[in-house]
Amino acid sequence: MDLLNSGLKEISDAVKSKKISALEATKFFLNRIDKLNPQLNAYIAVSVDAEKEAKAIDEKVAKGGDAGLLAGVPFGIKDMLCTKGLRTTAGSKILENFIPPYDATVVKRLRDAGVVVLGKLNNDEFAMGSSNETSYYGPVKNPWNPEYVPGGSSGGSAAAQAAKLAAGTIGTDTGGSIRQPANFCGIVGIKPTYGRVSRYGIVAYASSLDQAGPMVSTVEDAALTLEVICGKDPMDSTTAQKSVPAFSKNLKADVKGLKIGLIKEYMQSGLDPDVQKTLDNAITELKKLGAEFVDVEIPLTEMSVPVYYLIATSEASSNLARYDGVKYGFRAHKENQMSVTLEDFYSETRGAGFGTEVKRRIMLGTYCLSSGYYDAYYNKSCQVRRLLRQQFLDAFKKCDVLLAPVTATPAFKIGTRVTDPLKMYLNDIFTTSTNLAGLPGMSVPFGKSKDGLPIGLQLTAPHFEEQRILNVGLAMQQVSPVKGDKPHVI
Amino acid sequence: MSSRGYEAVIGIEVHVQLKTKSKIFSADSTIFDSADNENTSPISVGMPGSLPVLNEKAVEYSVKTGLALNCSIRNNSVFARKNYFYPDLPKGYQISQYDKPICENGWVTFKVNGEEKKISITRAHMEEDAGKSIHQGEYTLLNYNRAGIPLLEVVSGPDMRSAAEAAEYCRTIRQIVRYVDVCDGNLEEGSLRCDCNVSVRKIGAEKLGTKVELKNINSFRFVEKAIEYEIDRQIDAVERGEKIIQETRLYDPDKNRTFTMRTKEDAQDYRYFPDPDLLPITIPEKLIQKVRAELPELPQARSTRYQKDHGLSENDAHILTEERELADFYEQTGDACKNYKSAANWIMTEFLRELNDDKKTISQVVFKAADLGQLISLIDKGTISGKIAKTIFQEMWKSGKKPEVIMTEQNLVQISDSSAIEKIVDDIIAANPGPAAEYKAGKVKAFGFFVGQVMKASKGQANPDVVTKILTEKLK
Amino acid sequence: MIDRKMTEHIATLARLKVSDQDLEQFSQQFTQILKYFEQISKVDTTNVEPLVTPTDIEAFWREDSVNQEFTAEEMTANAPLKSGNLFKVPPVV
Repeated sequence: MDLLNSGLKEISDAVKSKKISALEATKFFLNRIDKLNPQLNAYIAVSVDAEKEAKAIDEKVAKGGDAGLLAGVPFGIKDMLCTKGLRTTAGSKILENFIPPYDATVVKRLRDAGVVVLGKLNNDEFAMGSSNETSYYGPVKNPWNPEYVPGGSSGGSAAAQAAKLAAGTIGTDTGGSIRQPANFCGIVGIKPTYGRVSRYGIVAYASSLDQAGPMVSTVEDAALTLEVICGKDPMDSTTAQKSVPAFSKNLKADVKGLKIGLIKEYMQSGLDPDVQKTLDNAITELKKLGAEFVDVEIPLTEMSVPVYYLIATSEASSNLARYDGVKYGFRAHKENQMSVTLEDFYSETRGAGFGTEVKRRIMLGTYCLSSGYYDAYYNKSCQVRRLLRQQFLDAFKKCDVLLAPVTATPAFKIGTRVTDPLKMYLNDIFTTSTNLAGLPGMSVPFGKSKDGLPIGLQLTAPHFEEQRILNVGLAMQQVSPVKGDKPHVI
Repeated sequence: MSSRGYEAVIGIEVHVQLKTKSKIFSADSTIFDSADNENTSPISVGMPGSLPVLNEKAVEYSVKTGLALNCSIRNNSVFARKNYFYPDLPKGYQISQYDKPICENGWVTFKVNGEEKKISITRAHMEEDAGKSIHQGEYTLLNYNRAGIPLLEVVSGPDMRSAAEAAEYCRTIRQIVRYVDVCDGNLEEGSLRCDCNVSVRKIGAEKLGTKVELKNINSFRFVEKAIEYEIDRQIDAVERGEKIIQETRLYDPDKNRTFTMRTKEDAQDYRYFPDPDLLPITIPEKLIQKVRAELPELPQARSTRYQKDHGLSENDAHILTEERELADFYEQTGDACKNYKSAANWIMTEFLRELNDDKKTISQVVFKAADLGQLISLIDKGTISGKIAKTIFQEMWKSGKKPEVIMTEQNLVQISDSSAIEKIVDDIIAANPGPAAEYKAGKVKAFGFFVGQVMKASKGQANPDVVTKILTEKLK
Repeated sequence: MIDRKMTEHIATLARLKVSDQDLEQFSQQFTQILKYFEQISKVDTTNVEPLVTPTDIEAFWREDSVNQEFTAEEMTANAPLKSGNLFKVPPVV
């Protein structure tokens, strides 16, 4: 079986019909990790239990039991998700030795569906970054060209998927962290509607924005994985009680008569020519398939980066307060150092445990929430957020989905933007508003830069309408000019 | 109350621990004496990725308390994070409520030295408790069993003017939360904690003085003493021209003084903001109606009713309504015999005495209120005398047997049959010619001697009324 | 303008030990970033209710039942320092 080019359903079907064992599939990917991970640094940890888990699936199949929708399919999990018994670091030194006693609900649901967990994928520290350069465990390389960033924060997931170091991966998206690296690495990544997927067990960055989602090779794989991980979780009271459609079964590449919106403000913001070309191609192709295009306006687009960063850092400053060296993780002081003051105990542990970007965001957020600044920053941002969401809801009165670039430029070289935080933040101009409005968004590969790096496009739908973007994404995938392109490492 | 031309201004925060089975945001047990960190989970230890899910019972209990405190219930209240670093706070923030608490604008009334006081309740908000620090000198140990136990913080207005008022306010709050059965009110185990804000000002002054917070006071008597001490201390300081420092002080009952715990000079900046992990609490009108319907009659209303309908004195009504269990017991007793006054007497004398002697709670009493009612009925019907009733009561207290069963078993029925009593009277008069002669000669006192002899001869079973009647006739 | 003193104050509030060099740099970066972010003040938000959760989600609560899934050993297994099943920290006064 050609595991490099098989979809998740094919692998699962093959395992269930015993054409291939889960163990063989797992070993295949473990071997690739062995061979390629030293170059890419996509995995932070590889599970020593992966083969054992695979054997358990094989036994279940042998006994004729229901081995699940993703039986024996090997997955890599972003290191922001807790995995029982498997070290979870969030890309930070402060959690360098944390072994969770529980699985995140997403991981649990994947396991229940038969997934084998291969290991933990690198990411920007606490998902704070757009290039995977802030990870304590080193930068991840883009499989298409190791001099380039894979994007972030789910850079490990994107790189592992593009290089096929897993059959499928899971990422998280707070301001674009699934869509942007998917875009940079030429894979499919979907951020579900806020509330579709449980956040339980996912290391929190910004609670009102975080969502986990699949980062996989095809739209079909995205639909299937999404089906498995979505749905109400009694452990997360911000999950929606809405029933989850059978995304994979309902998948239909039909865009005839569909109204696709183009956001005026996105078009006017100086796109890289290759990105512009990719978008133009997509418009042409989709028109050929019978879609109609309409112009819509989101006048508050310019505000999305400030509002996003003000809200995300505020929430983060509180979410990251628990890392204090008391209950788990890194502590700056040795056992015999008990004479330290409480204040120094905290400051030295947190000062040494967090990297620069994390400290920067915690401090920015602390400032925004502090007495005298709350109204002007945090509260004001939440008000603008409501207005911004309303503009999206209004736009969806004129169209069914939105099509847009994911970023203004393709992947950039490692080390070129990390020195200027504001410039780095402004890269997120097209992705953050989706999270602020709580909408589902997906990145689908559709082009290539002159340097041979992938370029994707972003589809956005109204709340809980993931099916729409999956369907349009499937249509795009079928006519994509870069269909079948693979990075050199494969 | 004033002294030296000053008046005290006191406001009180009472932390009411709601007696849910599980914590406010997790399924951990709330049992008090569990082993170290036994009642914990990733949620209460604040592990990465853990999330709070609200316990519906905590909401219901909060609404119940709010209604009992005459508060309005917000139909949209919000959990907020109170951010500060302390080892007993596992997440680095406490989930509490800030600008949208669940209960607002209530009041309670009570009497102090016969004078009715009405104290406003500014708000009551839900929050999670912190863990427990165990100080060992060279290091501190942390137990998170308590972290996440639901609390309702009841905040009064700065309406109290004396230590006695403050103590009575705390007693009233405890009484109410025990009546509505949301808190066991155990001060020693910390299920009720009172923090008192005390300041002083010259009588007539508008501006409030700098307030000092008194924390961790574990009895109402100490609330009174601590505040008395603190008022004096502050007046002394002001008189000496010193400035009162805004600080938190602890009360030491052994020395009867307060001392500085921490100063609040670098004012805490808690950076409150709405907790994005919890949606706003929308309380369905249906829930409020349900809780309101289930609300028991509160102590004051009961006391008034007992005075009006049962003819009890204010003092008796007050004693009987102090605890809901006692009031319930009284009412059931009275309902069974329809003689409420007698029921009140029995409960306040025999019943409470035995309860205190045996250090028992009402739920441990082995007989039912209806049994006591029956005992009273037996007296009222003349079946037994009051004296026999006391004997029977003793047996009921020990064995839990029904009064009629005891009466039959021990053959304690009252003899009202006049021919039987007549015979005894005849025998006694015949055996005591001397006293009989004295009585007839006008020494009225001798009559009592005969009654005593007849009762003795009948082993106390003779109906005293009948005895008196027959003796009067026979000694003519 | 987020001066050096303010930056230090924020670091203290956030319990972060930050090097002098970083303090200096953060101070400049915060000033630059917030200057850019301040454009949100131009948006008219009169009578706009702040938005926290961006999706309309129907709230649900837990039933009050105990489910003790973890042992004290499991919950303290990651502790940097402990004594029995208690977490151990420097003295808190």
